[in-house]
Amino acid sequence: MIAFWDTFLPRIFAASVITIELVVVSVPIGVALAIILGVARVYGNRPVSLVATSIVGIFRGFPAIVTLFIIFFALPDMGVYFSSFWSAVLGFVLVTGAYQSEYVRGSIQSVQTGQSLAAQALGMSKSQEVVHIILPQALRAALPGISNEIIYLILYSSLASYIGVEEIFGVARSFNSLAFRPIEIFLTAGLIYAAIATVCFAGFRMLERKLRIPGLEAAR
Amino acid sequence: MAAFVEFLPYIFSGVVWTIGLVAGGIGIGFVIGLFMAIGQIYGGGEIKAIIHAYVWFFRSMPLLVLLFLFYWGVFPAIGYKLDPLACSIIVLGLRSGAYQSQIFRGAMLSLGDTQLLAARALGMSELRGIFHIVLPQALRISLPGWSNEYATMIKDSAITFTLGVLEILTRTRYVVMATHEPLIPYFFAGGLFVVLTYAGSKIVNTVYERTKTPGLVGRL
Amino acid sequence: MVLKVEDLHKTYAGNKVLNGVSFEIDRGQIKVICGPSGSGKSTLLRCLNLLTHPDKGRVWLEQQEITGEVDDVNKVRQKIGFVFQDFNLFNHLTALKNVSIALEIVRKMKRDEARDLALKELRKVNLADDAHKFPAELSGGQKQRVAIARALAMNPVIMFYDEPTSALDPHLIGEVLDVMKKLAQEKLTSLVVTHEIGFARSVADEIMFMGDGKILERGPPNQIIENPKHEVVQQFFKRINELYRRNE
Repeated sequence: MIAFWDTFLPRIFAASVITIELVVVSVPIGVALAIILGVARVYGNRPVSLVATSIVGIFRGFPAIVTLFIIFFALPDMGVYFSSFWSAVLGFVLVTGAYQSEYVRGSIQSVQTGQSLAAQALGMSKSQEVVHIILPQALRAALPGISNEIIYLILYSSLASYIGVEEIFGVARSFNSLAFRPIEIFLTAGLIYAAIATVCFAGFRMLERKLRIPGLEAAR
Repeated sequence: MAAFVEFLPYIFSGVVWTIGLVAGGIGIGFVIGLFMAIGQIYGGGEIKAIIHAYVWFFRSMPLLVLLFLFYWGVFPAIGYKLDPLACSIIVLGLRSGAYQSQIFRGAMLSLGDTQLLAARALGMSELRGIFHIVLPQALRISLPGWSNEYATMIKDSAITFTLGVLEILTRTRYVVMATHEPLIPYFFAGGLFVVLTYAGSKIVNTVYERTKTPGLVGRL
Repeated sequence: MVLKVEDLHKTYAGNKVLNGVSFEIDRGQIKVICGPSGSGKSTLLRCLNLLTHPDKGRVWLEQQEITGEVDDVNKVRQKIGFVFQDFNLFNHLTALKNVSIALEIVRKMKRDEARDLALKELRKVNLADDAHKFPAELSGGQKQRVAIARALAMNPVIMFYDEPTSALDPHLIGEVLDVMKKLAQEKLTSLVVTHEIGFARSVADEIMFMGDGKILERGPPNQIIENPKHEVVQQFFKRINELYRRNE
């Protein structure tokens, strides 16, 4: 009986590291993509904005697992090979970037037009205005939405096990087919995901508090 | 390519199953969510705590983990031998209930006390007041959140391929295995999901517009 | 000549907002534009610093025709200090940073240099002690003074004030007008759109009365206020003078 936990726990904790790696790599790139897409949709000219909107539409419209399958199974037919891990990263970056860009786009549009006018009146160029005045305010406003998406990313990372990543759920599944103790195994797996998500959630709350500007919410 | 076209009807027939999963999941989620929202607002301390735990559990675990936990673990343990479809609908429903309860709760809270107070002043019991006055308005305010929940559910239904439910993705996978051609089938599947999402959102939006009462939207 | 405006026309949302406006401002002059709402005053200012573009007409800023081919519209705007009715302070920056940011980004000043210059300007508007506060922590009058400091810091050749006190509670108007008066006494070339007739009377070199997109009458403050010739202007000041006398 005890031998089960002796083998299971180390394996699942090792897999947790992989899950965390997956998330830690995907999140910054995903956020960067979200900002690029959001800015492109608001400030880009017609072709740029159209491309950005299409990208967002596709990767929000496809189930994440379908995106992962296309990258891992379909791209090799066209000569593009990514490892399991990097296929997962690419897939999650595209999906979370697409979802997050909606928050970015919305919050950019919610910044008062007067901010823009004042920046222009001082002689700032458009890019200076966006980088120094608009985005700092917009990203603070988008932070709750963005952190929400990142929590989802942590949970949906379990899908990566179906393209060969040795992460938490994958390990749980293999163990279950051998040891067949589904409740202990899947409950443990679930609780580890929950723990990671909770830690991140707390982290984001702290970040939001640190970045808070007195009255910035009221000013919108 | 030709081989794939033969299989198109096969994949397409998965749409019925997908819709079944979504309808069942949202339906069960609706009932659960409604009662939990009422419980969270009007209930006592213990009820609130139980609901809080339920919501936390079903929102902090990946859907994959929940599906396997219930299919291989919980249901057999309590003696039910459920087929994958029924189990999936129930799990989707339990999970959706957690999300929908927060949507309804938010909607009801945004209405404030005044509506219920007015109802009780007219002599209605608390229960009658909730059902006849607060709920109809809250339900309409919830429509945008529902649209979101529907869009999410459509994509989550694809994850039930892991239990072998014969929805769109499962069938697509079989086709891919048979034809060794992953690209077009997966894109087709993705496209189906996009269309289903769009169609559903359009319907919810129409209902939202049709039921518009002047002055009610202001609170959002 | 600092600013020259020739026959400006602008249609906005189907309305002819500017219908042939012409005037000139020389160095050190303070000119005030007043008139009923909707007469095109704000649109005029925004055409002059190219936040909007006129349909017809020409504008010169210090020998450069800014309505023609302009290499860098931003460089033009740097020479004009613009104070908005709604202040438009940058919400995510302290008062100090509000004043210094354009110096750093646009004029490419070093951070310390910009900071010192910003403090100097804030001192001029009596807000040096509140330099580290955020806009939301400031009163309307303080916000507008920071806005003035922000515009001043760029060392503009002319200041535009777009109804600077219209969004302020009455008891806060005075502090802003005092700053503007001080700057006017230092002969900072200014074009002020305002309802504050008292201010105009005390510092303006000329009042231009706008109505229906045109300058209906112009002249020294006392002449315009006490002895207007145009009927519309007479009507306008008759009411103002009544209220004025009632408050004296």
